[in-house]
Amino acid sequence: MSILTTITPLGSYRNDSPYPFCPGCGHKSILDNLNAALVELQVDPAQTVIVSDIGCSGLSDQYFITSAFHGLHGRSVTYATGIKLAQPELTVIVVMGDGGTGIGGTHLLNAARRNIGITVLVFNNFNYGMTGGQHSATTPTGAVTSTTPGGNPERPLDICASVGVNGAGYVWRGTNFDTDLTERISEAILSESFALLDIWELCTAYFVKSNQFTRRAIDSTLEELGFETGVLYRDGRPEFTVAIREAGLSSLGRPPDGPQPIPSEWTAQLDHPFLIEMAGSAGGRVRSAVRIGAIAAIKSGLYASQRDDYPVTVKTGHSLSRLLLANRPIDYAGSEQPNVLVVLTDDGYRKVAKRAARMTGDAVVYVLPEFSTIDTPARVVVLDPATLPGRIGKGDLALVVLAAVVEHSGVIPIEALRSAVAAGPFGESNLAAVAHGVALAAK
Amino acid sequence: MRELTDGSTAIVRGAVDAGCNFFAGYPITPASQILTAMTREMPKRGGVAIQGEDEISSIGMCIGATMAGARAMTATSGPGISLYSENIGMAVMGEVPLVIVDVQRLGPSTGGATTAAQGDIQFVRWGTGGGYPIIALAPSTVPECYTLTMKAFDLAERFRCPVFLLTDKELNLTATTVDIEDYQRVEVRPRSRRSAETSIEPPYSYDPPDAVGAVATYGDPAIVRFTGSTHDERAFISKDPATVGALNEHLVAKIHAHQDEIDLVATDLDPKATTAFLSYGITAGSMREAVRIARADGRRVSAATVHSIWPVPETAIRAILEGHDRVVIGELNHGQYRREIERLAGPGTEVIGVHRNDGTLITPADFLEVLI
Repeated sequence: MSILTTITPLGSYRNDSPYPFCPGCGHKSILDNLNAALVELQVDPAQTVIVSDIGCSGLSDQYFITSAFHGLHGRSVTYATGIKLAQPELTVIVVMGDGGTGIGGTHLLNAARRNIGITVLVFNNFNYGMTGGQHSATTPTGAVTSTTPGGNPERPLDICASVGVNGAGYVWRGTNFDTDLTERISEAILSESFALLDIWELCTAYFVKSNQFTRRAIDSTLEELGFETGVLYRDGRPEFTVAIREAGLSSLGRPPDGPQPIPSEWTAQLDHPFLIEMAGSAGGRVRSAVRIGAIAAIKSGLYASQRDDYPVTVKTGHSLSRLLLANRPIDYAGSEQPNVLVVLTDDGYRKVAKRAARMTGDAVVYVLPEFSTIDTPARVVVLDPATLPGRIGKGDLALVVLAAVVEHSGVIPIEALRSAVAAGPFGESNLAAVAHGVALAAK
Repeated sequence: MRELTDGSTAIVRGAVDAGCNFFAGYPITPASQILTAMTREMPKRGGVAIQGEDEISSIGMCIGATMAGARAMTATSGPGISLYSENIGMAVMGEVPLVIVDVQRLGPSTGGATTAAQGDIQFVRWGTGGGYPIIALAPSTVPECYTLTMKAFDLAERFRCPVFLLTDKELNLTATTVDIEDYQRVEVRPRSRRSAETSIEPPYSYDPPDAVGAVATYGDPAIVRFTGSTHDERAFISKDPATVGALNEHLVAKIHAHQDEIDLVATDLDPKATTAFLSYGITAGSMREAVRIARADGRRVSAATVHSIWPVPETAIRAILEGHDRVVIGELNHGQYRREIERLAGPGTEVIGVHRNDGTLITPADFLEVLI
């Protein structure tokens, strides 16, 4: 076998190895039609990648002097998609069987939906030839295979309809006996869209023998199923490698995501790690408030970490956020023993009730009035937002209470918290929340 | 100057600075932040990030893109590694440079999506069929997430293989204060590629067994072949025992013969200590805190953080074992790495495991308890 060194024009894209297929197998004629199409298009063999997977059709790429990728069963479309995304100018042709179609069905549907510019040739001979003639996703109902000895009870997959209704750019169904197959393969490649050809053919080793199947039987099966042939779908949508790059360009206005330095402008006295835990509900902006607290701590010359705990649900359930403050880098942020516990909601309290009961007398629990009788040996400080002028919104409560805790405990300067909240897009309302918190602490 | 950031962000920055220009992944807690950030970062740099229809397609696209010249990364958690399994084997067999981030969560199965664990240690080692060596790095701090991501890309190019970055929910999602100068850049070598002059050379090399051939990339002037099946140096399928034997010998030798280029263990030794702590990943942070507390208390203890989990850095670990009467290994699993330490320990060294499997972190007190 020779590795090609000179490029186009080529009279053939086949190497000198004979095909390994059984006598009468359709694979040979499909590959001859593919070769004829490549000759017709005069593609550059080095810029053309034949992607195959497993089964008899998976042997195909070795008989061509083009680039090739021989991958896992049913996953050829994923490799082809990656190749095409990385180098859109390549011609990428997938060769797969009905076995690969079944196991990798989702990849076909999604490739069609995306309209990624690859051409898929399905060598559809209704069974698994390499592993002993088992039934596949396209085996006709009633057909006998090694795994349907009493006749196939399943309905065959309509490959063309499946990819066609989901946006494939070019879809054709026919047989390897069709005289226009070369032309259709060329057309598919030239369509520069997701193109699929469902090519029905005979497996002489198994399916023909078990079912007395013939070329004529292919036609009658198509007719019984009501499966049309010819070019069935065309879609002129933009090809995916173009579409994804255009969509990506529209996000270019965003700022770069490099380090975001926080200058240290204040000082805080802290001789041991100090953990503030806020226990609230999802959607209550607990984590946002604690993040602001962490930034304020860094502005105060401290090290801070924010460790959150929340269920997999989004807008419901508890939201715990732990703000650990220290005067040196934090190696361990996992402490479960807060110096200050803040209870905002029932959801939060349920998660920290045991912890509250285990706290020591030198710790402090800040609570809203409804939690003033909670079971804890810690000192309880009740904060009542109802004493403030105007109503505090649910989304602001966490920040209001955090500001009250900062002011009351003096753990970091309140100016640092003001500076931290002022920077964001909600600066003004956040500053108002901090002012409310300071007022609350004074009461 | 300091900033507030998390491991996910540091991994993304490390990938970007390593020249990563292709990312494919499927949403999964606690790795989704990497997917969303890469989706934002890649287009700015002329790269592509895509959400695959599943994990299988995500790693498949990464492998295809790498073979077309991209520098690719994917990220998932334990359940996703399960689905990557078959393609990991193919990337090993086809010698595909690729970085795979495993943000571990509590298992088995779907386990606990938002709970910490280090339960995939042996899984990434043996996660696909056939037998093969792998490389896995484990950062224990946010700056190390940045540095070791870059290192993972470099090792992937050096050894032409997938490299795992093992992190966990706590490291990736806990925001912490980082001194910006602690982000250490690593030089990521360019891909060794066939040149126009050498483009007719085979894309693989098995002689000598430890040599790594230049990568052939689709789009090269001459044709490029790739296969996940046993193959000769030209990537044609082969079952010839001499060829297949040489291929498999090569896959092992290329990594094991050059382990000194991979081994990364940070030691903090006290020559008078009889006990050494040893850990990796998020648990190494608890260990360092325990060491600080112990020493402040006048107690003698050594410590080692293993950054290159696989292959096991045996030379460094043996030295620690030989220098101490007791080695205490802390990890969030039932002792997956302890068995590697026990395997290396002589009769004079006791190996003690500190383990948790309840979603909470091993505490400094857990380490200190052993010291008493």
